[in-house]
Amino acid sequence: MPGNGGAVAAPFAAVGSEAPATRFQLAWRRAARRPPALAGAAVVVLYLLLALGAPWVAPDDPLRTDWGQIRKAPSAAHPFGTDDLGRDVLSRVVYGTRISMQAGVLAVLLAMAVGVPAGLVAGFYRGIFDQLIMRLTDAWLSFPFLILAIGLVTILGPSLTNATVAIGVGATPTYIRLTRGLVLSTREEDFVQAARVLGAGDLRVMCRHVLPNIASSLLVQATVSIPGAIIAEAILSFLGLGVQPPSPSWGTMLNAAQQFLETAPWMAWWPGLAIFSLTLSFNLAGDGLRDWLDPKDY
Amino acid sequence: MVEYLIQRLAISAVTLAVISLIVFTGVRMIPGDPARVMAGIEADEAGLAEVREKYGLNDPIPVQYFRWIGLAIRGDLGESIRTRETVTKTVAGKLPITAELACLSILLALTIAIPVGVLSAVRRNTYWDYLANGLSLCGLSVPSFWLGIMLILFFSVRLGWLPASGFIPFLENPVANLTRMLMPAFVLGATLAAVLMRQTRNSMIEVMSADYIRTAYSKGLAGRVVVFRHAIRNGLIPVVTILGLQMGALMGGAVVTEQIFVVPGFGRLIVESVFTRDYPLVQGVVLITASAYVLINLLVDVSYSLLNPRIRIKGTADAR
Repeated sequence: MPGNGGAVAAPFAAVGSEAPATRFQLAWRRAARRPPALAGAAVVVLYLLLALGAPWVAPDDPLRTDWGQIRKAPSAAHPFGTDDLGRDVLSRVVYGTRISMQAGVLAVLLAMAVGVPAGLVAGFYRGIFDQLIMRLTDAWLSFPFLILAIGLVTILGPSLTNATVAIGVGATPTYIRLTRGLVLSTREEDFVQAARVLGAGDLRVMCRHVLPNIASSLLVQATVSIPGAIIAEAILSFLGLGVQPPSPSWGTMLNAAQQFLETAPWMAWWPGLAIFSLTLSFNLAGDGLRDWLDPKDY
Repeated sequence: MVEYLIQRLAISAVTLAVISLIVFTGVRMIPGDPARVMAGIEADEAGLAEVREKYGLNDPIPVQYFRWIGLAIRGDLGESIRTRETVTKTVAGKLPITAELACLSILLALTIAIPVGVLSAVRRNTYWDYLANGLSLCGLSVPSFWLGIMLILFFSVRLGWLPASGFIPFLENPVANLTRMLMPAFVLGATLAAVLMRQTRNSMIEVMSADYIRTAYSKGLAGRVVVFRHAIRNGLIPVVTILGLQMGALMGGAVVTEQIFVVPGFGRLIVESVFTRDYPLVQGVVLITASAYVLINLLVDVSYSLLNPRIRIKGTADAR
């Protein structure tokens, strides 16, 4: 968390200089050293706004078909062209942001909701609990991510919700492993021992002392897994195992575009560019965040 | 070393057992009569009875599990609902195609990743390095299926250089086989190349700052010799591990790549069997994939311990 950084850096800044910088200023100064990361974060925010404001931003209804405007090249009326049913590609890409963001963020939240407590318990108590959880995690990780997701969707049936659940389930073991590893090193720290000596119970030590100290690493992992989840949703939808037509998901749009590559290539350009730019921005922002939160980097 | 091997084998065995449990439970979670699930909607009463008999579906669940796993170990994974061919035979027919695709893409990824990674580590913080990093970031972010579509759009539709899809066995016509495999292998290898390049760069940077490298330099060896004779040996060890860890992603990637380029391999088989609700085939394919992945990781760990003597000696203590 930015707070940690400020707390460490503030005393140094105060020495010698006449006006000590605030924590916020220090944090900003360090962030400003990384233009690519800032740009990435800005694009992510932009997409977030696009997802929230889709009805106001999109020029047209993403589901409205127009038989007179089938597969029209980009023009003033339809800047991204129209698809095989005469729908406005720009509007569909804008609405697709919602589905991608929703699937990406919810899947990762689900993975964290299961993985973090499990990893916390495994790392904190060790012993048989740990063995049990870790063996299960090993087995879980043995399923290639996409194969596991496909298997789950087969059982649950194809839909956005089920695809999100499948992606979340696939991402969970990563969080169990990461959390456990972090807890193993944190629980030996002096401040955790001190809290114990002061009589804090297990739950309090875990939630108030261990968890806040590993939160930044978990946050970095989340920014790395969200683009992965977004691509996974697009892949499942592309294969026909996620969002079902006519919903404007980037994956389903690309699936439809594949049949018209020769006559309407723009149908394939935009949804793909949208996924690419969003995941690239997430990765840039995530890389930056990792350096930014790294205490070694001051 | 032997102790480490035994421990590693035991862990793999436990993992395989848990995997089989998960797959078994997964299939039982499909709504409806399990016999119907395994025999298909078109099966008649006799067919259902046969399936019930074979898998002992009237027995308690644990008994069913052991019967099923017993059959699976002997290579009997049931038969495809659609083709009535055994699952083992169906998979065995598709596997070489995907194996060829995977090998080509690994080859392609390594040929790109290692030179670029080494170069960007040696020329750290130069424009070379920035360019390589930018490329690898793009490789990590680009959705492989979109990359595939764009390649088809450019090289097949626009330029007409490469065929967009299809498969011809290598032994039948090697040139036609390779021209058709080039784009799929590149698409499948792109992400892998990006991951491996990053890993190569990072570990080479670490190795290049080690004392023995400084010693090598100070005894007057040429930079080329230091990099290729001294640094690369240690620098590439972590790359082997990462390559092993990426196998799962590669298998998943094959599903998508084969779908785009209409390569009749393992990945296409999975998607087809999901759509036709061919549950025995889905079950078999998932089980085989996961087991293969466990075995690959076992091999990687073992080869890693052979490459790195430190693990070989104290391995057991630190392996956990």
